[in-house]
Amino acid sequence: MKLLVCVSKTPETTTKIQLTGDGAAIDTTGVQYIMNPYDEWYALVRALELKEAGSGTVTLLNVGPADNDTVIRKGLAIGADEAVRIDVSEEKDSLYTARQIAEYARGKDFDIIFFGKETISYNGSEVGAMVAEYLDLPYIGEAISLEVDGTQATVTRDIEGGEEVIEVQTPIALSAAKGLAEQRIPNMRGIMMAKRKPLNVVAATDFPDTTRIASYDKPREKGSVKLIDADNMDELVRLLHEEAKVI
Amino acid sequence: MVLVYAEATNGQFKKMAHEVVVYGKKTAEVLGTECHALVLDDTEGAEDLGRFGAAKVHRVSSPHLEQFDAAVYTVAIADAAKQLGATVIVLSHNSTGKSIMGRLSARLEAGSVSGANGVPMMKDGYFTVRKPVFSGKALADVQLLTEVKIISVAGNSIPVEELGQGAAPVEPLSLDLPAPKTKVVKHQVATGRVPLPEAELVVSGGRGLKGPENWGVVEDLAEALGATTACSRPVADSDWRPHHEHVGQTGVAIRPNLYIAAGISGAIQHLAGVNNSKTIVVINKDADAPFFKAADYGVVGDLFEVLPKLTEAVKKYKGQ
Repeated sequence: MKLLVCVSKTPETTTKIQLTGDGAAIDTTGVQYIMNPYDEWYALVRALELKEAGSGTVTLLNVGPADNDTVIRKGLAIGADEAVRIDVSEEKDSLYTARQIAEYARGKDFDIIFFGKETISYNGSEVGAMVAEYLDLPYIGEAISLEVDGTQATVTRDIEGGEEVIEVQTPIALSAAKGLAEQRIPNMRGIMMAKRKPLNVVAATDFPDTTRIASYDKPREKGSVKLIDADNMDELVRLLHEEAKVI
Repeated sequence: MVLVYAEATNGQFKKMAHEVVVYGKKTAEVLGTECHALVLDDTEGAEDLGRFGAAKVHRVSSPHLEQFDAAVYTVAIADAAKQLGATVIVLSHNSTGKSIMGRLSARLEAGSVSGANGVPMMKDGYFTVRKPVFSGKALADVQLLTEVKIISVAGNSIPVEELGQGAAPVEPLSLDLPAPKTKVVKHQVATGRVPLPEAELVVSGGRGLKGPENWGVVEDLAEALGATTACSRPVADSDWRPHHEHVGQTGVAIRPNLYIAAGISGAIQHLAGVNNSKTIVVINKDADAPFFKAADYGVVGDLFEVLPKLTEAVKKYKGQ
């Protein structure tokens, strides 16, 4: 099986997001970056499991600048066979990113193209579906289980308050949610081997921006907390009803 | 014209559909145009969407729409938008919307904003939509630069108001749709509780509960309030609770009216997923728990004593 796993770079989960003075950008001073957790923990690991259970290759794909190579190498250390970075100098919007991925993947006969269900940075949940549309592939969002038998894939996906089981013939695209696999920590051998695995850089295709972030803002700060005596829950209920008006 | 895809859940148009119609109507007001609703099944009561601001409802009926398939639904919405001359398409940011949104954007080469929590505004001459980014740690004002624009609206981000005149005319719309390539072999939804992303009231438990066998105190409070239960990441990772209850940066991001957190210290990753809640109540025996800084109301005490007392107080209030 030929498997493609599309990965993003995101700020580490404990990052406190600060804005530049004018709110025009995120202040990246001191920000540590990781591979987007949904991409790494679930999409990549499930792809590796499928390869290990049968045969095939796992290719990592990232659209981004050269700084992203550290994150890509980690994916190789976890077990991907090769990586490709489509070289862009700065972060671009979802449709631009999807177009680059589609242009790369077109005609390469990948059986399954994996994405994370969203990035924890821009929370778009869009790129996977966009690539699927460009390549005319079935797309299943928020997969929590994936079994493959020949060309028949059975996918369970999260829906509000439940789940849905879908049967589909490969090739497909899907996005990975928690439950699809268990996070893997790279070992020393993996890290050493990753240095010798190919990481090819390819040029981006021209495509216009369809969106632009004009400015950022921070959510309103809470006022100071009102403490209620643990023995006076009637008072809490009264406040929730009369003051907060939520019950 | 603004075209809103109104999705029925379990055979009815509910809050989620009403929210997107209200959002569509408000968007139409900004642009000085009409809001129309698009319905892709035979659910009764579509005319009622008029009450929330749809001037007209277009209904597409096709055997190919009987089960959800992102590709087929995308063709239906894209072709309807073209035929009707829509310049803005509005969807819910739920599992259906997330599966369709990107396809639609690629198909129409249209700029899109997913998970919007603000009504569009014209700012510096650009159609601009606000959305939370970094899982709620910041907000971004996104300009949509294409002629056709697509927005998915985060649940609980717009109050439902009756902005319309009453029942709207429902007109059939004929489209040529492809057959689905996927087959839904099982569709299972728990009845009773409101799903987490749509819930207005949420009671959540963390490591302070000490084990899955103690969840009764959380369940009892949720039951008394009519709330949905949730949990923190360590709880889901330890399999004390199902993973779909995990709220936070790598779980579900929610914005209920009331979020009650018991035994959750309030790590930044957890706060990211819940800090857009209208009111936050934190119950923790550690007065220094960071969550108190993000809370509206706090109770310092042992949750095994506080939660049952709160449950009783809620029952007493409800009984009045």
